[in-house]
Amino acid sequence: MGYVGIAEGLRYWMKRMEMPRLIIAGFLVLLYVIAPFVGADFPTQITNTINRFSWNAVLVLAMVPMVHSGCGLNFGLPLGIISGLLGATLSIQFGFTGLLSFVMAIVIATPFSVLFGTGYGTLLNKIKGGEMMIATYVGFSAISFMCMMWLLLPYTSPTMVWGLSGAGLRPTISLEGFYDQVLANFLHIKIGNFEIPTGSLLFFALLAFLMWLFLRTKTGTAMTAVGSNRVFAQAAGINVDRTRTLSVILSTWLGAVGILVYQQGFGFIQLYTAPNNMTLPTVSAILIGGASVNKASIPNVIIGTILFQGMVTMTPTIMNALIHMDISEVVRVIVTQGMILYALTRKPEGGN
Amino acid sequence: MKQNKVLNFLLNNMVPIMFIIICAVLIPLSGFSAGYLLNEIITRMGRNTFLVLCLLFPIMSGMGLNFGMTLGAMAAEIAIIFVADWQIWGLPGIVLAVILSLPISVALGWLCGTIMNMAIGREMITGYIMNFFIGGWYQLVVLFMMGPIIPIVHSSIKLPRGYGIRNTVSLLNMRQTLDDLLAIRIGGIKIPVLTFLLIGLLCLFIVWFRRTKLGQDMRAVGQDMNVARDAGIKVERTRIISIIMSTVFAGFGMVIYLQNMGNLPTYTAHSQIGMFCIAALLVGGASVEKASISNAFLGVTLFHLMFIVAPAAGTEIIGDSMIGEYFRVFASYGVITLALIMYEMKKRRSKGQAGQMLAQAQREEEAS
Amino acid sequence: MEKQGTPLLQMQNIKKDFFGNQVLTDINFTLGAGEVLGLCGENGAGKSTLMKILFGMDVIRETGGYSGDVLIDGQKVTFNTPFDALAAGIGMVHQEFSLIPGFTAAENIVLNREPVKKTLLSEVFGDRLNTLNYKAIAETSAKAIEKMGVEIDANMRISDMPVGHKQFTEIARELSKDQLKLLILDEPTAVLTEKEAAALLDSIRKMSAQGIAVIFITHRLHEILSVCNKVVVMRDGYVVRDVPAEETSVSDITKWMVGRNVEAPAAAPDKQTASAASAGKAILSIRNLWVDMPGETVRNVTLDVQEGEILGIGGLAGQGKLGIPNGVMGLYDAGGHVEFDGKEIPLNNPKACLDASLAFVSEDRRDVGLLLDESLEWNIAFPAMQVQNKFLKHIGPIALRDEKAIQEVTRKYIDELMIKCTSSQQKARELSGGNQQKVCLAKAFALEPKFLFVSEPTRGIDVGAKALVLDALKKFNRERGVTVVMISSELEELRQTCDRIAIVSGGRIAGILPASESSEEFGMLMVSQVK
Repeated sequence: MGYVGIAEGLRYWMKRMEMPRLIIAGFLVLLYVIAPFVGADFPTQITNTINRFSWNAVLVLAMVPMVHSGCGLNFGLPLGIISGLLGATLSIQFGFTGLLSFVMAIVIATPFSVLFGTGYGTLLNKIKGGEMMIATYVGFSAISFMCMMWLLLPYTSPTMVWGLSGAGLRPTISLEGFYDQVLANFLHIKIGNFEIPTGSLLFFALLAFLMWLFLRTKTGTAMTAVGSNRVFAQAAGINVDRTRTLSVILSTWLGAVGILVYQQGFGFIQLYTAPNNMTLPTVSAILIGGASVNKASIPNVIIGTILFQGMVTMTPTIMNALIHMDISEVVRVIVTQGMILYALTRKPEGGN
Repeated sequence: MKQNKVLNFLLNNMVPIMFIIICAVLIPLSGFSAGYLLNEIITRMGRNTFLVLCLLFPIMSGMGLNFGMTLGAMAAEIAIIFVADWQIWGLPGIVLAVILSLPISVALGWLCGTIMNMAIGREMITGYIMNFFIGGWYQLVVLFMMGPIIPIVHSSIKLPRGYGIRNTVSLLNMRQTLDDLLAIRIGGIKIPVLTFLLIGLLCLFIVWFRRTKLGQDMRAVGQDMNVARDAGIKVERTRIISIIMSTVFAGFGMVIYLQNMGNLPTYTAHSQIGMFCIAALLVGGASVEKASISNAFLGVTLFHLMFIVAPAAGTEIIGDSMIGEYFRVFASYGVITLALIMYEMKKRRSKGQAGQMLAQAQREEEAS
Repeated sequence: MEKQGTPLLQMQNIKKDFFGNQVLTDINFTLGAGEVLGLCGENGAGKSTLMKILFGMDVIRETGGYSGDVLIDGQKVTFNTPFDALAAGIGMVHQEFSLIPGFTAAENIVLNREPVKKTLLSEVFGDRLNTLNYKAIAETSAKAIEKMGVEIDANMRISDMPVGHKQFTEIARELSKDQLKLLILDEPTAVLTEKEAAALLDSIRKMSAQGIAVIFITHRLHEILSVCNKVVVMRDGYVVRDVPAEETSVSDITKWMVGRNVEAPAAAPDKQTASAASAGKAILSIRNLWVDMPGETVRNVTLDVQEGEILGIGGLAGQGKLGIPNGVMGLYDAGGHVEFDGKEIPLNNPKACLDASLAFVSEDRRDVGLLLDESLEWNIAFPAMQVQNKFLKHIGPIALRDEKAIQEVTRKYIDELMIKCTSSQQKARELSGGNQQKVCLAKAFALEPKFLFVSEPTRGIDVGAKALVLDALKKFNRERGVTVVMISSELEELRQTCDRIAIVSGGRIAGILPASESSEEFGMLMVSQVK
C-alpha cells in the first residue's frame, strides 16, 4: 500500500470517526498510556475492560434493529430488560439451576419480549417521528409498573423473596448456584492477571453474527430500507408497519437476552428501579461507536462498547491516582449525555 | 348533539377526571382527616405551583414540555449553597439567592435554548437529556470544584474530606421564612399568604405577558415557525427567550421550594423536580401544546392529593406502603406517557377525512 | 387608466438562469398605478421565477441573482429580501397560505405589525414587552377588510375558516399595509368557490379604483378578460404577447400559451403503426377513480390504456395528473376500480400492483424514488428483490442477498442507461439529478414490468439527460412491448414521445387526443375545467 495508501485510509477513518468519537478514543488511549506510570496494573485494566465489554455488548446490540428500521434510538430498552427479568425470576422460581437456568431464562423471556415488543411496536407505528420521547416514558412507566408487580406477584422461591414476610422479591438477588458466570467460565483463559471470559465473548459473537446474517436476508434488507426511506420502501411494496414491529420485537428480545448476559457476568439480578440506569449508557455506547439516529452497524456496537466500557473501567483508577479525586462518575455522566445530545442535534440523514 | 358535547368534554378532560376518581377512591382508604389533607395540600401548593407555572412559557412557543426546567433548579441550588455558605439567612438570604440564581439561569437557559434550536422537532428529548448533561456539570462544580477552586468558607457544609458540598445542606435558618411572613391560620390550617401572593404575581405576569408583543410572537412561533419567520419574527431568538424565561422562573420557584423544605438535598433535589412538575401540569388537563394557569392549579392539587394519600392507601389495601409509593411514581410516568402519546397521535389524525369527502362527492355526482 | 408620467413598475430586459439553464430571457413590461395585469403561461413558462425576482425572494439571490432592471416609480431598485420589496410597497399573496392557524383573522392581518402600547417594562426591557393594542388591531383589520370589499369575520380563528376566507385574510393582510402600491396574486382563485371568485374579481376592481396596481396570475382565462387591463402571456421564459385585454380572447391566449411550432411532427411514424396494431385491447382500465393526493386531487376519472402504447397524461400543475399514477399504485388514498389484464387490482396496496407486474417511477425522486443514503446497487435491486425474490441466494431455509447478482444487474443498467457514477457502490445522493432519474428508471426496469407509470421523468434534469431518458423509455416500450403511461407537465415532450395524450383538468380527464393533434387543441383542454 505504501505511505500514500495508509494516509488515505487514515484520512478516511478520520472523516468517518467525527470529532466526539476521536476525542473519546484519544482520551481512552491516553488513559492506557498513563496507566503504567501511575502504577495501575495493565493486564488487570485490560481484563476489566474486556469483562465489562462481555457484560454489556449484547445490550448495545439490542439497539441495532430499531435504528435500522428508523425507530430511532431505543430509549424503550427497559421493556426488553423487564422481559429478561421476568425470564430470570421465573426460571429460578421454577427451580432450574446452573446453565439450564440461563437457557430457561432466555426461553421464558422470549414470549414476554414478543408480547411486549408487539404492543410497543404497534404503539410506535402510530406515532412515527415521535418515538424517542415516548419510548423513554413507556420505559419508565413499565419499570414503575413492574416495581409494584415485583411486590405483588406470588413468587415463593426463598432465594428471591424477602425472608421476613415471605412475599415480594428482594431488590438484589444473587445468582450463585444459578447462572453466575456460566458463559464466562466456558473456555475461560487466565494468564497471570490477564483473564478472558471466552464463553461470554463467543455468545456475543454468535448473536452478532446472527444479526449480521439477518441484515443480509430479504427481510433484513427491507428493514434497512424502511429506516433509510420509509416512503421508498412503501412504494416498493413493503409493509412498513409490520417491518417496524418486527424490528421492535427483535430489539426487545435482544434486550432481554442482553440483561441476562449482564446478570451472568455481574452475578446478581437487580430489580425495581435498577433498569432505569441501563438505557442511557447503552444508547450512548452505540453512538460513541459511530452510529447515528438512523444508521447502526455491528462494528459500531463493538467499537462503541469497547470505548465506553474502557472509559468506565479506566477513569476511576487513573483519575484517582492522578488527582486523588474520584471524578470518574461525573466524567462518565457528561460523556454519556454529551454524546446523546450531539447525536440529537445532528440533522438526520435521508428524507424521513 | 348535547350528548356529543358531554362526551367531548369527558374525552378532553380524561386525565383530570381519572385523577379525581383515583383520589376519590384513595382518600377514604387512606383514613386521613380533611383538616390534615387541606393543610398538606396548601403547603404543597405553596411549594410547587410557582415551579409548575414556569412550564407555560415553552408550551406557548411550541417547544413542548420543558424537561430542561431542572437547569433553573440547579441554578437556584448553586445560589442557595453560596447564600448558606455566607450565612445570610432569613428574607435577605432568600432575596440574595434569587438574585444570584438569575445570571446562572439566564446562561443555562440560553445554552439550552440554543441547543434545542439545533434539534427542532426533538426539543423534549433534547431537554430531557440536557438535564442529565448539565446535571453532570453541576456535580463536577459542586462535588469537586467547590472548595479547591470555588472558595467555600464554612466547613459545616463541606464534606469531611475537605472539598465538595455535603449531601444535605441545612437551610434551617431560612426555613419557611417566606411562608411564615404574613401567614394566617384559619382553624389550624396555615396559609402562607406571601408565597401565594408571589404565585399570584407570576400568574398576573403570565396573563399580562400573553398580551405583549413578545407573548404574541411566542404564540405565533409556537403555531407555525415558517409563517412567523416569513412575517419577520425572529424565530430562533423568540424560542431562546421563552426557554430562558422558563429557566429563570424555575430558579425562583426552586428557591421557594427549598425555603419551604428547609434543607437542600444537594445532589438529588433537582433530579425529580422536572418530572413531578410536568406530571402535575398534565394531570391538570394540560397537553403538550396547550396549558393554562388553571391547569397548573388544578394539577398541583390533584397530583399532590394523590401523592399524599397513595402510600397510606397502599398500606391499607395490601399492607405495604411501598406499593403506594411505586403506584404514585407509576401514575406520574403514566400520565406523561399518555399525554405524549395523545399529542403525537393528534398530530397525525385528520388524515383520511379528505378521502372520505371525495368519495362522497363522487357518489353524489353519480346519483344526480 | 390615464398614464401619468412614469409608470409604477417597469421590468427591463430581465434575464435569469439557474446554473446555465435559461429560464427568463429579455422580459420587458410596464405597469401603471391602478392597472390590473393578467399574467398567464403554462407551468414552467417562467411566471413564478419572474414574480420571485420582483418580490426579492432568497432563492433568486442564492442561485446567482438576475440581470436586467426593475424600476419602481422610475427608480431602479434591488430587493435583497422580501422585506425590502414589502417596504417598497409590493405585496404578494402566495399559493400556499402563510397564516397562523390558531390566530384570528385580525391577528393574522396585523401579524408582526401589531399596534402596541408602551408599558413600564418595555421602557426597561425593550419594545417586545409593549402590550398589544387590541382596539387598534381591530380597527386596522376592519379597515383592510373594508378596503378589500369582501366580508370576512375578523374575529374568527383561521383554523375554523373555509379555505376561501383564508385566501381573503391573506389579501386583507397585504391591503392593511399602508405603503401597498402593487399586489401580486398568484392563482388566488384556485381554492375559491365560484361565488367567492366573483367576489375576489370585484375586490380587484375596487383595489384598482383605489390606485393599487395588481398582477393577477391565473389559469382561469375568462377571469383575466373580465378584470384585467392588459394581458401578458409568457412561454419558455419569453414574453410572447403583451396586449390590452379588450383586444384578445380566451382562444387567442391559449394559442399563445402553448403555441409552438405547430407543424412539427409529433411522434415518429413507426410508433403510430405500432399503436394501431394493438389498438382495441385495453390492458389497464380505470373506472371512477378518486385520489386524495394533496394539491393533485383526482375526481371520478375513467380511462383505458391500450396494450403496447405509450399514453401521455398532461395538464397544468395542480389539476390532478400526478394523482392518477400515485392513486393507482397505492401511494395515496384512493377509491374506485382498476382492472389490469382482466384482473381487478386492489387500491391502496402498492404490493398488489407490483405483484401484478405494474411499476411506477415517481415524480418525487428524493422522497419516494430513491434511497439517497444507500448504494446504487440497493436502489436498483431493492424492489425486484422484495417483490419478485430476485437477486437472492438460498442457503438452507435462509434467503440472503446475492451481492454478485445485484452488482451484475446494476452494472448492466449503468451501461445501458449511461449512468455517470464512480461505481455501483456509490450513494444515490451523490449523483446529479439526471443520473438519479436514470437510477429510478433502472429500478423500474429491473422489475421487468408489463406496465410502467412514469411520472415527470424529465423534471429538473438537463437537456442531454432528458433526451436519453425519453429514448430509454421509447426503447423499453418498443423492444419489450411494455405499455407505458407517461405523465408530464411539458406538452411538447409528451407529443414527441407518446401515441395518445390524455389531458387532465380539474381532476378529470378533459379529453384524449392523438399526439399529432395541434397544440391549441391540447391547450383548450388544459384550461377547460380548471378549478
